[in-house]
Amino acid sequence: MSESYEVVIGLEVHVELKTASKLFCGCTNLFGQEPNTHTCPVCLGMPGALPVLNQQAVALATRAALALSCDVHPFSKFDRKQYFYPDLPKAYQISQYDQPLATEGHVTIRGEFGMRSIGIERIHLEEDAGKLNHIGQRLGDATGSLVDLNRAGVPLIEIVSRPDMHSPEEARLYLTELRTVLSYLDISDLRMEEGSMRCDANISLRPSSYTGSLVDLPRVEIKNVNSFRNVQRGIEHEIVRQKALLEQGIRVVKETRGFDDAAGTTYSQRSKEAANDYRYFPEPDLPPLILDTEWLEAQKREMPDLPEALRHSLTTEGLVSRDVEVLVQDRALYGFWREVVAIFPDVKLVTNWLLSDYSRHMNAQGLSFDTPGVSAEHLAQLLGLIQDGTLSGKMAKEVLEAMFTTKESPEAVVQRLGLSQITDQEAIRVIVAEVITANPGVVADFQGGKDKALAFLVGQVMKATKGQAKPNLVNSLLREAIASHV
Amino acid sequence: MLLSKEDVLHVANLARLSVEPSELQEIQDTLSRVLEYIDLLNELDTEQVVPTSQVVEQHTVWRSDQVEKSLPIALAIQNGPQVVTGMFVVPKILDGGGQ
Ligand SMILES: [Zn+2]
Repeated sequence: MSESYEVVIGLEVHVELKTASKLFCGCTNLFGQEPNTHTCPVCLGMPGALPVLNQQAVALATRAALALSCDVHPFSKFDRKQYFYPDLPKAYQISQYDQPLATEGHVTIRGEFGMRSIGIERIHLEEDAGKLNHIGQRLGDATGSLVDLNRAGVPLIEIVSRPDMHSPEEARLYLTELRTVLSYLDISDLRMEEGSMRCDANISLRPSSYTGSLVDLPRVEIKNVNSFRNVQRGIEHEIVRQKALLEQGIRVVKETRGFDDAAGTTYSQRSKEAANDYRYFPEPDLPPLILDTEWLEAQKREMPDLPEALRHSLTTEGLVSRDVEVLVQDRALYGFWREVVAIFPDVKLVTNWLLSDYSRHMNAQGLSFDTPGVSAEHLAQLLGLIQDGTLSGKMAKEVLEAMFTTKESPEAVVQRLGLSQITDQEAIRVIVAEVITANPGVVADFQGGKDKALAFLVGQVMKATKGQAKPNLVNSLLREAIASHV
Repeated sequence: MLLSKEDVLHVANLARLSVEPSELQEIQDTLSRVLEYIDLLNELDTEQVVPTSQVVEQHTVWRSDQVEKSLPIALAIQNGPQVVTGMFVVPKILDGGGQ
């Protein structure tokens, strides 16, 4: 009988914290600046420079830990992680090793399998390294690198999951939910493409006959993948590659691999460093971090409503779970929804329009809900015009499209295009009377029992109002007028 | 002997030091003696002592999140042996990629 394998995945996610200054110095923490213009003796690693911890970075890291249900430790300390790499000016990174800020949290993922809890082993604070710009196509082919140290010393949290995921899909769901939770805290830009959120994936296959410990399985780490999609693809490829090796009786080598986006495959990154041997020791320049109860309580008061609570309240407000997920997973969209509902409380109408036509125009214009293409007030006014019968659904779509182009109010568009449904019964009655007078034969047919004759008369009235009357109203006014017309 | 020759070569590699074969014996001896000396500390009974990571009696030294002036770029890069477009040039890092 052939061996079957269980896929075991653990993820390490690095998140850059949105502080004004770096973790241990006053240099600006800002992406996209001219190379090496935000550096100082501390972040350049010059001898004798003294790092001083940024309180705000600790606050943001603490909120992340609380949001992920971690135990935040009143006592933690910093350590030096030593390795040589050109993006690391001190030849060590200040990190937290055996006494991190927080441990034991979890993220809940949802899928066809229902709900599952993925454990978080630890969250620690550390400084980012600089940025290497490789001369050449990719790391492996590079002939040299250019070092920019603007990013050196930017505050990071590293969120280490337990090896609780068993498929590429579960890994993707974990990342999505993690990013959603963190997005509500507003502690990071969370942009994979700019590196403010980065993911390393550890993958191993456990043969069904294996009885040893997970830690001893040969593990492959895929480093620095630049999108959730590619994390998933990288894991998919690793599973196929490792399975093929194991089936041929070849041992999987514990190593670090990169991901080739174009080929969809992983490739070995053989480092000159023989093995990871970081020789951690306590950072002598930084005293321990002790967080008192009062400070921790203050952080708890800063916590916003989190996705779990929002899911609950949106469901209570009558939304279906599919809509709830779409709203909750985009914090800006959810915020916009709240704004519209505050003005126009018909939750269903708002949700339907926002998630269909409105979102379609946003996508077409490449906009995100941080910068809505049509304001909440204008959307609410448009929905009001649908509700009071001024606009049919079809007309409202046309008006919304024009609003996205011209940024006018819905009233302005309705006036300009002459679109409103005439609901003024008196105006329609006059036209109805004219149509009856002009078509005595058709009226007689209808009175004689030819129901179809009425449709012709309705058509005549609609034509006279240029289609702006409500057909139902015209129909009933015609019947009324003919009945009283002797 | 506390350290083997392999230990010495490993530590040397981590520290990016090159060791001549003729020096190996002497380094192994002297480095082992240093460690033996530190071993003296094991004679103390530390059973009841809480481990410490810091000798200065301070904790939670932190600053508010204020931006301060960075170095002018000319000063920041002046020690770089080779600089291109404001960035330090370093040699190729990995042994090579590919499958
Ligand atoms: Zn600095």
